[in-house]
Amino acid sequence: MTQHPLIRVRDLNVHIGGHHILKHININIPDKSVTSIIGPSGCGKTTLLKTFNRLLDDTAEVRVTGSVLVDEEDIYASGAEVTHIRKKMGLLSQRPYPLPMSIYDNVAYGPRIHGIRKKTDLDDIVEKQLKDTGLWEEVKDRLHTSAAKLSIGQQQRLCLARGLAVEPEIILGDESTSALDPISTHKIEDLFVRLKEQYTIVLVTHILRQARRISDYIVFVYMGEIVEFGPTEELLLNPKEELTKQYVKGFIS
Amino acid sequence: MSIKKRKAEETVFKVLMVGACTVVSSSLFLIVGTIVIKGLPYLTWDMVSKAPQGGFYIGKEGGVLNAIIGSLYLAGGATILGLLVSIPISIYLNIYLKSGSLLNKSAKLAYDVLFGIPSIVYGAFAFSIMIWLGVRASLLGGVIAVTLLIIPILVRTLDEVITTVPKELKHAALSLGATRWEAAKVILRQIKPGIYTAILLAFGRGIGDVASVLFTAGFSDNIPKYLDEPAATLPLAIFFQLGSPIPEVQGRAYASALILTVIILAIVVASHFLAAKQTKHKI
Repeated sequence: MTQHPLIRVRDLNVHIGGHHILKHININIPDKSVTSIIGPSGCGKTTLLKTFNRLLDDTAEVRVTGSVLVDEEDIYASGAEVTHIRKKMGLLSQRPYPLPMSIYDNVAYGPRIHGIRKKTDLDDIVEKQLKDTGLWEEVKDRLHTSAAKLSIGQQQRLCLARGLAVEPEIILGDESTSALDPISTHKIEDLFVRLKEQYTIVLVTHILRQARRISDYIVFVYMGEIVEFGPTEELLLNPKEELTKQYVKGFIS
Repeated sequence: MSIKKRKAEETVFKVLMVGACTVVSSSLFLIVGTIVIKGLPYLTWDMVSKAPQGGFYIGKEGGVLNAIIGSLYLAGGATILGLLVSIPISIYLNIYLKSGSLLNKSAKLAYDVLFGIPSIVYGAFAFSIMIWLGVRASLLGGVIAVTLLIIPILVRTLDEVITTVPKELKHAALSLGATRWEAAKVILRQIKPGIYTAILLAFGRGIGDVASVLFTAGFSDNIPKYLDEPAATLPLAIFFQLGSPIPEVQGRAYASALILTVIILAIVVASHFLAAKQTKHKI
């Protein structure tokens, strides 16, 4: 199943405060599929994810060289419009961070800042996204109550709905299930699998079994370098590199 | 260490802690008690409803309305001006600048230093600017001096509050395609209760300070109508009345202190109430 890549990374190097965090990264992330970035803590997998939506810009003393092409557009080019780039990607962080407003306003926040004002349009978006993330039935009677009152699993699905409401092309997940209980984790994983028909999904995870359950491709990152990239089964069952083999077997972590 | 020794240590420190709490709360009661006992008999309706009439300072007619209004104008004006400066500063330092940038760190150090400068220095500084500009002691001069005094308080308090907001919240807004200003608005929403606390601290400091307004606001028996008129303040009114040998006037000093305390108490209660109301959507 060869698909045309949506994100192409070309010789990407990231230095933070004198440390070479990512080294010569080259990768093509396939469209409409789930790609998991795996690797031990501190290997640079989250940094790699953050280069995709330029949230890395918010860190002090960062130097990025090379290019990241999304839709053939270099997001690190000097004229690149950062809000436009971020709008293309929904981010689901480790823990849910709902905005300090109601459930409805959380989902409507993105569309509103991008210029949708009509109430009926916003109503439709909120309903659609909450239905897509399976929250609608749970919250339809209390849309205008605080998002903080939801359970943590519900909050994470709300954050996903909020991200989808700006109609991104890509969903970035940074260990998005690590704070959740098994049932909520399962719901989020199911959503990812369902959403890959419409979106390109890139996940950072430290759980090998999760990567195996939901991803089509796996990238193994070690000490800031991509060691191996390939289809899930192939990489996990027949790793080409010795390091990957050791990591998959649990010898290094 | 034996269990006996450990328990003894536990008891010693418990006694120390309870003791410290008792000292602090009882001194508060003593202060308030003194003011109430000495001031309440002199707290007439005239005190809060009239400016000093002829002979007020030798125990005759009038009240301290001039000082009440003057203090409210000064502290209120300074708090508003201070917020107009401090909120943009904290937003810029914490949201626009990258996390952990050098400017952020050095600006915070500067505000810590300003925080520690005694208020008389702010008064003298504002006074020298006023001389340079040819402004005489006036409400405006006082407002400027008090504003200088409370800006570090506001900035540091807002800063403490903003740093409690996880940076992921800012990232959440940014990743939806928000500009940094839009992200700042989300964070301001989150810290609204903290803003009320900052206002409370700044207003309380401003209304109670003598040294900064000594040269800059002057003193007047009239209620100021314009910014260029001198304005009385409650702390200065207390100071002047307390210096009088006449018991009647001294009693009025305590009554004025009581009025000042009640105003501050009202501000505390109001800001707590507002803060509690605003936590509805807080994460």
